[in-house]
Amino acid sequence: MTKKVTLPPQTGEPSDVERIKRESNYLRGTLAETMEDPITAGIPDDDNRLLKFHGSYLQDDRDLRTERQRQKLEPAYQFMIRVRAPGGVATPEQWLVMDELAHKYANGTLKLTTRQAFQMHGILKWNMKKTIQEINEALMDSLAACGDVNRNVMCNPNPYQSDIHSEVYHWSAKLSEHLSPRTKAYHEIWLDGEKVIDSKEDEETEPIYGAVYLPRKFKIGIAVPPNNDVDVFSQDIGLIAILEKDELVGFNIAVGGGMGMTHGDKETYPQLARVIGFCPTDKIIDVAEKLITIQRDYGNRSVRKKARFKYTIDARGLNWVTEELNNRLGWEIEAARDYQFTHHGDRYGWVKGSNHKWNFTLFIQNGRVLDTDQNKLMTGLREIAKIHTGEFRLSPNQNLIISNVTKEKKQEVMALLEEYRITDGAQYSALRRSSIACVALPTCGLAMAEAERYLPSLIDKIEVIIDEAGLRDQEINIRMSGCPNGCSRAPLGEIGFIGKSPGKYNMYLGASHTGDRLNKLYKENVGEEEILQLLRPLLFQYAKERKEGEHFGDFVIRAGHVKAVQSGLDFHD
Amino acid sequence: MQLQVMNSPFNQEQVDLLNQLLPKLTAEQQLWLGGYISALHIKESAHPSGGVAVLEKPDVQTKIVSREVTILYGSQTGNGQHLAEELSKNLKAENFDVTLSAMNEFRPNALKKVEHLLMIVSTHGEGDPPDNAIPFYEYLHSRRAPELENLQFSVLSLGDSSYEFFCQTGKDFEKRLLELGAKPLVPRVDCDLDFDEPAQEWFKEVTSKLNELGESTPTVQSTSNHVAEINRTVYSRTNPFHAEVLENLNLNGRGSKKETRHLELSIEGSNLQYEPGDSIGIYPKNDPELVDALIAEMNWDAEESVTVNSQGDLRALREALISNFEITVLTKPLLQKASTLTSNPKLQKLLEEEDEETLKNYLYGRDLLDLVKDFAPWEGTANDFVAILRKIPARLYSIASSYEANPDEVHVTIGTVRYTAHERERFGVCSGECARRIKPGDTLPIYVQRNANFKLPDHPDTPIIMIGPGTGIAPFRSFLEEREEIGARGKSWLFFGDQHYTTDFLYQVEWQRWLKDGVLTRMDVAFSRDTDEKVYVQHKMLENSRDLFQWLEEGAVVYVCGDEKHMATDVHQTLVDIIETEGKMNSAEANDYLAQMQQQKRYQRDVY
Ligand code: SRM
Ligand SMILES: Cc1cc2nc3c(=O)[nH]c(=O)nc-3n(C[C@H](O)[C@H](O)[C@H](O)COP(=O)(O)OP(=O)(O)OC[C@H]3O[C@@H](n4cnc5c(N)ncnc54)[C@H](O)[C@@H]3O)c2cc1C
Ligand SMILES: Cc1cc2nc3c(=O)[nH]c(=O)nc-3n(C[C@H](O)[C@H](O)[C@H](O)COP(=O)(O)O)c2cc1C
Ligand code: SF4
Repeated sequence: MTKKVTLPPQTGEPSDVERIKRESNYLRGTLAETMEDPITAGIPDDDNRLLKFHGSYLQDDRDLRTERQRQKLEPAYQFMIRVRAPGGVATPEQWLVMDELAHKYANGTLKLTTRQAFQMHGILKWNMKKTIQEINEALMDSLAACGDVNRNVMCNPNPYQSDIHSEVYHWSAKLSEHLSPRTKAYHEIWLDGEKVIDSKEDEETEPIYGAVYLPRKFKIGIAVPPNNDVDVFSQDIGLIAILEKDELVGFNIAVGGGMGMTHGDKETYPQLARVIGFCPTDKIIDVAEKLITIQRDYGNRSVRKKARFKYTIDARGLNWVTEELNNRLGWEIEAARDYQFTHHGDRYGWVKGSNHKWNFTLFIQNGRVLDTDQNKLMTGLREIAKIHTGEFRLSPNQNLIISNVTKEKKQEVMALLEEYRITDGAQYSALRRSSIACVALPTCGLAMAEAERYLPSLIDKIEVIIDEAGLRDQEINIRMSGCPNGCSRAPLGEIGFIGKSPGKYNMYLGASHTGDRLNKLYKENVGEEEILQLLRPLLFQYAKERKEGEHFGDFVIRAGHVKAVQSGLDFHD
Repeated sequence: MQLQVMNSPFNQEQVDLLNQLLPKLTAEQQLWLGGYISALHIKESAHPSGGVAVLEKPDVQTKIVSREVTILYGSQTGNGQHLAEELSKNLKAENFDVTLSAMNEFRPNALKKVEHLLMIVSTHGEGDPPDNAIPFYEYLHSRRAPELENLQFSVLSLGDSSYEFFCQTGKDFEKRLLELGAKPLVPRVDCDLDFDEPAQEWFKEVTSKLNELGESTPTVQSTSNHVAEINRTVYSRTNPFHAEVLENLNLNGRGSKKETRHLELSIEGSNLQYEPGDSIGIYPKNDPELVDALIAEMNWDAEESVTVNSQGDLRALREALISNFEITVLTKPLLQKASTLTSNPKLQKLLEEEDEETLKNYLYGRDLLDLVKDFAPWEGTANDFVAILRKIPARLYSIASSYEANPDEVHVTIGTVRYTAHERERFGVCSGECARRIKPGDTLPIYVQRNANFKLPDHPDTPIIMIGPGTGIAPFRSFLEEREEIGARGKSWLFFGDQHYTTDFLYQVEWQRWLKDGVLTRMDVAFSRDTDEKVYVQHKMLENSRDLFQWLEEGAVVYVCGDEKHMATDVHQTLVDIIETEGKMNSAEANDYLAQMQQQKRYQRDVY
């Protein structure tokens, strides 16, 4: 149990969200009633704020906004539910439930997110309760998938070192579990759990968070070198598994990463987590909890866009965090150990794990699982789930791993992959296979430009250049976000696009291929034509002048097209 | 002050006439008129005479005739009422002592004293009397009905020959009155949808017959002509106003199986007025494509001129088929007339068929184009052919706006009728035209159709319950606009339903606003196709039966609008059930309770 420390007085008025949380009686608000109101398919703003803590957002189909307004209809309100799968692992049974719910209540698709979770879009208010209950019956939940709490803990789904993976996965699950809110509101509202009057004593109800939870969302991810697919430096707490003689001995602790910023506000910036030390494996829960309480107590509760852990730390310095952490722990974290990352993408195709089981990593464009006329991906995966005896693992790059396939089953699975033409994407350029796009339009309320619906067609056109330049098999991470929130971790793309307005993007270059250097603004406000004109000479020059094994992100810096970003603090200059 | 029915002792015609005349008078003319009329009142006892008649030619000394005539009308959508009022006016002008009354406002046992009864009644439902004729109809057919030897009467029945029981109610009334010993004054006339001419004929008949009996020398011509003259400048069903379309949009969201158009029409400068609950009539045009197909099929000459009315007015065939004649409905009478124009024996055979079903089945979902294809070869000219066609009738639409809120506009809510029958996609004439051809800037010929049987309570504090699924919602938009405008404080409760919540919640944001502002107290919705088991408004009523009965007990007025066949009957039954259970009554008592409400105008329906 953490003691409260006495804090320096917060500067500035608490933000409105702080009021909402405080008045919400541990995330209840008036959700129970407003979800019943039959005259609107939406809910009031205050309740929507709270709903996020329950893992769901009120959205509307933005394609229809203006036309419906004319038609005297309210916006096409619908709910998005984010289902947590700690470490991105789901059983075949759970996959089948997701698939079924997607068709029964949602828009018939599943979105595999950049944090290894499922999202369903287009759920109507009246189906929310049923949906969440059926999710719950499948032993999954959406609690704390969003909101000012710790989120889905990411974990490298690395199929090679399967035994390490299972150990690391075990810790990510433990972290998720330990850092989940304790309030009964979720059970009350969605699962008809009997009403309990939560005691006003924060210690009892929310021992870690307290009545107003965190100032902002909080994210933890665990990477297993050499693979940095979780983008460990984009996390509020990035944990780097340290292996000695193929044994997990502990974790390097990196703090204060985040991708979000606001156009035109240089006070906000993407930042990378910085390693402050090492802790033995079994201390990791304690360390994470204490770091969270530091952010809980010192984080900015007055200006939300300055409230992430990264700003708390940058305002006070790394030494301060380390000391504060050590104090709260009552012991000192050790010096960081060595590690080496080589990439942050996925490794496609069949590989055999050290447990002699097989794993197939398949390419899913922008993580959107659906059936099209040409391609019956969703049906195929359903059929596979029916016979699969291992697990499904969602990758941090929005892809999917059919993992722990026994020798016996492998043939069956291959046959189905064949039948439904599900591939590792070998037929695509390495560029496309290294692409991520966030959801953006039409569901995301914050989108300024297209992303998921647009990036594939932009890549079609870039591929033409790639082929001419002979770079088809060169991995170049390309990431597009519809707004500066950076849900695709665009600031870590060797080529990054961040939406400004419909059809217009800021173009960034120069992130490292391993996820340890941010990119930099190369050209502001460019549309497709200009993008292609800008990329063509760069790619040709890269093809001609690159050094052995030199990645595009490093090349554009060496060639002087952009300056290397050392810290988020100089991202803007 | 603009004269209105509300703020003057005059009825609508009179108001219209006066509003026409008064603004045109100079100050001195007005003075003179005022003096003249008050002077007239002194002679009144000796010279009872209709204001209108006098206004026409003040110098004429009209004959003194005093004969009693009672006009009773049963009317659902106002046609009959309209005619009754016109007849009454004409007869007053003829110095008859006229009692005009809706059947439900007439004390049945006063019938014994009546000598001359003129009855105008329409037929609704499946050959049923219009709502406001039901009590009187039942009284007459009950044992309590009196002997009526010294009653002379005639019936004008309104109907639509496309229905199986054509003008049934009129026929029933005549039959019954004869049984009770009454004598026919002039023969009954059954009017089809194009009832103007036959009705005028019947007016003449009864008027001259009554005059005969009253051995008076009337000034029929001059009067009616003169009235007609004035009428021409007054917009009415016979002289529709061409209203510009300001807005025409589909209220159903993308993905809906339905299309419901919201039309906003300008009535600026038309002098038209309406109240919540009234409807407008729209004279539609036939689909030019259908007309061309017909002309091609018959290889007629589109430009050939044909006679379009009994006055012998001529018009180019294509124009006439588009604007004047009904070509989308087949009726038995039509086929009978048509059979004289074809040498194809199949048509005769069809008409002589033993069982009616075969004919009915043929008529259903077919139009003139099918007919001419099925029974060629045809004889006779295009003129002969159009001569057998009915005039295209106006379509009625409940007004969805409040005159108080926007006096220069009238809004309607039109569900597009669209279906495929006999391998051809077909559209409703009027709804199809509005959905597919009418654009903002075009005009539609319209008139206001009063409906005294669907009115907001006199007192703004009276609670109201509105039940209007689908397009039945229309008048309630007008109700709430009105109540908001006049700041009514009475509670209000709206039941709405349709297929799908997301796409079919008509006028959703407006109800939301009215709920927020307290203009609407309560709203319950039922969307039938969102859930496995279908949910309709009546289910929502049942769910709230206690409150609903409570409202009834508090004197709430119940309004039902929309589909007649299913909705209205289910809702009616549901009301009975609710009253029965919540009021702890047996079904007979419950039915009385509702009948009571009907009597007190606390249960009003506008169904179609
Ligand atoms: C689904 C997902 C993108 C995807 O295509 O996969 C996503 C989608 C959204 N993100 Fe995100 N974020 C997603 C990963 C991220 C990441 C990447 C990561 O966490 O590794 C980031 C950058 C890292 C970070 O947090 O800094 C990210 C930074 C944001 C932000 C900016 C936070 C900030 O510090 O400024 C917002 C806006 C906010 O929180 O106010 C946001 C908000 C949103 C919302 C919920 C928009 C909203 O608040 O209304 C988006 C829902 C769109 C939709 O219609 O589904 N999302 N979001 C990812 C879901 C992850 C998960 O399963 O939990
Ligand atoms: C008092 C009153 C108020 C009204 N208010 C409204 C209102 O507010 N909104 C509104 O939308 N309507 C209203 N109506 C109905 C309206 O007047 C018209 O009847 C309706 O719009 C259809 O007219 P139409 O010319 O489009 O179709 P029509 O050309 O008259 O065709 C309608 C006919 O098509 C035939 N038909 C329809 N479907 C099929 C099928 N599947 N198969 C075969 N035949 C079929 C039926 O015989 C039906 O009678 C009201 C009616 C009344 C009497
Ligand atoms: C819902 C409805 C049902 C009708 N049913 C019949 C019918 O069964 N028989 C008939 O002859 N006319 C029927 N009609 C036609 C009406 O009698 C006709 O429109 C008449 O002009 C209405 O006169 P009113 O406005 O005085 O009620 C029906 C009309 C409607 C709207
Ligand atoms: S980056 Fe912006 S547009 Fe894309 S999903 Fe996140 S919030 Fe929406």
